[in-house]
Amino acid sequence: MPLTDSLRDDILASVPSLRAFAISLSGNGDRADDLVQETLLRAIANIDSFQPGSNLPAWLFTILRNLFRSDYRKRRREVEDAEGNYAKTLKTQPAQNAHLEFEEFRTALDKLPQDQREALILVGASGFSYEDAAAICGCAVGTIKSRVNRARSKLSALLYVEGAEDFGPDETVRAVIGGNGG
Amino acid sequence: MKEVKKQGGLNAEIQSRIGHQLRAMYDDVVRQGVPDRFAELIRKLDGPEAAAAQIDDKDGRD
Repeated sequence: MPLTDSLRDDILASVPSLRAFAISLSGNGDRADDLVQETLLRAIANIDSFQPGSNLPAWLFTILRNLFRSDYRKRRREVEDAEGNYAKTLKTQPAQNAHLEFEEFRTALDKLPQDQREALILVGASGFSYEDAAAICGCAVGTIKSRVNRARSKLSALLYVEGAEDFGPDETVRAVIGGNGG
Repeated sequence: MKEVKKQGGLNAEIQSRIGHQLRAMYDDVVRQGVPDRFAELIRKLDGPEAAAAQIDDKDGRD
């Protein structure tokens, strides 16, 4: 459809959530804004292929997600410093404790496989339905559901189950029993 | 469709906490609104051709 003023407004209204998605995916504020800029240019360049009445945010998120994926492959090696850069993008610095907790969360999120991370963000933070998230990621609804579930269990293991990677459940139980008995 | 029904109290609490942290991280950025550079970009682009030209420029530079 043509680039009407109301379409411009709608695109602009999606910018805050596009940025949040880009930062959540990449962990880097500068890179995220480059991604958003590129997304906006590509969206407007291809605006003729947008179907009036269809889901504009989902269309924009699809463009951003695909850009991030191709970019990610290119940049794989020059990654990180993600936490430091992300913290700089925050308008207000949270209090120290909250800040630490936030960094831990960010680090755990970055440890997830990319498929799981994007599924979790789309459903758990952007508020897309499983169906929309599946369309954005180009996969089946069941695949999105299982990625979200795996992402949640992995995060909870990383953040809340201490030593989960070192001890199986049996050892943990034995350690607890042993501690009580001794 | 199989739902996970075995979630105990602790697990449910952890999941709600994770959901809360995820949204807090995300909403913090959403609340920053639209940075000027993007508002300007969208206002200035006349249409698809102008946007395509900027993409080409950028590819040429890289």
